[in-house]
Amino acid sequence: MEPIMALAIGLLYATAIFLMLRRSIVKLVIGLLLLSNAANLLIFTAAGMTRGAPPLIPEGMSQPLGEVADPLPQAVVLTAIVIAFGVLAFAVVLIRRAYEIVKADDLDKMKDTDT
Amino acid sequence: MRPEVALPVLLPLLSGALSLLFWRSRPMQRFLAVAGNAALLLVSVWLFVSVLEDGYVTIQMGSWPAPFGITLIADTLSAVMILMTGLIGLAMGIYSLAATGHGHEKFGYYPLMHLLLAGVAGAFLTGDIFNLYVWFEVMLVASFALLILGGERAQMEGAIKYVTLNLLASVIFLTAIGLLYGSVGTLNMADIAVRVEQMEHTGMVEVLAVMFMVAFGIKAAAFPLFFWLPASYHTPPVAVSALFAGLLTKVGVYSLFRVFTLIFDQTMGYLQDILLWGAVFTMVTGVLGAAAQYEFRRILSFHIVSQIGYMLLGLAIFTPLAIAGGVLAIVHNIVVKTNLFLISGITHRLQGTYQLKKMGGLYRQSPGLAIAFFVSAFSLAGVPPLSGFFAKFVLIRAGFEAEAYVATGIALAVGLLTLYSMVKIWNEVFWKALPEDNRVPEAPTPVGDDGRLLKPGLWLMYLPVVVLATVTLLIGVFAEPIMRVMTLIGEQLFNPAGYVEAVLGSPDGAEASIVEPLELDAEPSDAPGEELP
Repeated sequence: MEPIMALAIGLLYATAIFLMLRRSIVKLVIGLLLLSNAANLLIFTAAGMTRGAPPLIPEGMSQPLGEVADPLPQAVVLTAIVIAFGVLAFAVVLIRRAYEIVKADDLDKMKDTDT
Repeated sequence: MRPEVALPVLLPLLSGALSLLFWRSRPMQRFLAVAGNAALLLVSVWLFVSVLEDGYVTIQMGSWPAPFGITLIADTLSAVMILMTGLIGLAMGIYSLAATGHGHEKFGYYPLMHLLLAGVAGAFLTGDIFNLYVWFEVMLVASFALLILGGERAQMEGAIKYVTLNLLASVIFLTAIGLLYGSVGTLNMADIAVRVEQMEHTGMVEVLAVMFMVAFGIKAAAFPLFFWLPASYHTPPVAVSALFAGLLTKVGVYSLFRVFTLIFDQTMGYLQDILLWGAVFTMVTGVLGAAAQYEFRRILSFHIVSQIGYMLLGLAIFTPLAIAGGVLAIVHNIVVKTNLFLISGITHRLQGTYQLKKMGGLYRQSPGLAIAFFVSAFSLAGVPPLSGFFAKFVLIRAGFEAEAYVATGIALAVGLLTLYSMVKIWNEVFWKALPEDNRVPEAPTPVGDDGRLLKPGLWLMYLPVVVLATVTLLIGVFAEPIMRVMTLIGEQLFNPAGYVEAVLGSPDGAEASIVEPLELDAEPSDAPGEELP
């Protein structure tokens, strides 16, 4: 499972960076979205993947039997997904407003504040 | 139970939530902006005093024992940063009353300000690396919304760069956290420090260290990752600019200090040169960028970058003295840079522009403001006996002791160029006569950032400026007791064993060399923030 995940994550990072290097702000935001998803998958994979062993403690015992999945990365990924969702919702609204004001889907037309 | 560690996070959250409840009541939001931030300052003084007494103050959230739950910990560095947050928060609360237009107030300026302060305080206090990421995001989301308040074209363009690069930094940070967790299996920073030490040495530690360096480097606006800062910081309402300039980039610098002294201290041999030259180029490019500018806030934005270089220089030299100097530079810069932005807001109110060419004659029009600018600007340039001089003096002495002659020499030269920029502003804004084409009417009509008339409340804008200028002076006058606190910070950061023990409890057989807490002698009011009226 890990090699497939590693390939998928690598592909996501590469696609995201390619999209972020384009001039279109829509592609920029899609790139950001893919990038945060790639990071989430990476946390999940790097922490080790255990199949079919929920981290539950059987009744009457004080610790789980045998090897179980680590619940912490799942909690971390869940938090990261929520944060990424909020932030990207903001980014989408931002590019919409920017498009309305600048009237172009082109980063090269947004250089007024650069120096 | 030490509530003072959690309160600097909880209070702004509470004020923010209350402000949201009073969404329609402008007076109530304005009251909360001052009262809530005043309470934050009081709590931060409380935290500072108890940290000076005990060395480290920790609280385990939800009473989960250390490596499992989230720890909030204040060492002296955190306490000093929280103190500055409280000071700047109150100054901004008061300044915003007069500087923020009705339109901005209606769209949630004050709740966002509280949320931003909560994020900053959380980042300074947390002892958990993923929690640090969460506080960074809290801070970022609030700053995004503040940045585009008003919705002008320049703001949108600035915001796209700001949002993109900061999100990129966040993802790099998150990736690094994921890989770090995969390697050591814990998120508690003290626990990570212990386990990274025991890790079998592969290239992984260096890779992680570089990822953290890049992520925080973007957030701190270090060379070559600073381009988002001068492109965006001059676009929002001036109170927002000042708040960003004072606190946001410093959170990145603080995180670099924390991570590289606590977790990756053994990779410093490898990364020191990168950090050192990064710091040097940050200083030089920042100050050269400023020299080319003729817009008040753009000059100041480039100087933020330049000053970040000094702070990083302290970390890069990596001796206790240099760290002390770097932290002193952070403290000094928070006060001075915020104040310069606040002054730029007043000059804008008086003359209606940020273009230096169109301004003039303010020395005659408003001598008090001129003196406040003079103090802050010369402090930034490092003229004795102001706060900037001592920060620079300590850094340069540490640089010579560590035999980093070239970097230290460049730091001295950058000081001169800083002086050039500040003298340029002084000449154009305060000294020369007002150009013919911008004759201000006898009684200038106060207009908010959104173009609506405001009640004349100029004294509310002057008050924080005067207080912050006084604090700059006081840091210079009481340099010795303040330097004692900074030395303590340097020693604490250099002996992470104390931090680890404060979080995890005393491990068996480990000989922890804890730095003795500072005795409170002579004047207990050493803290710069305590001089407030």
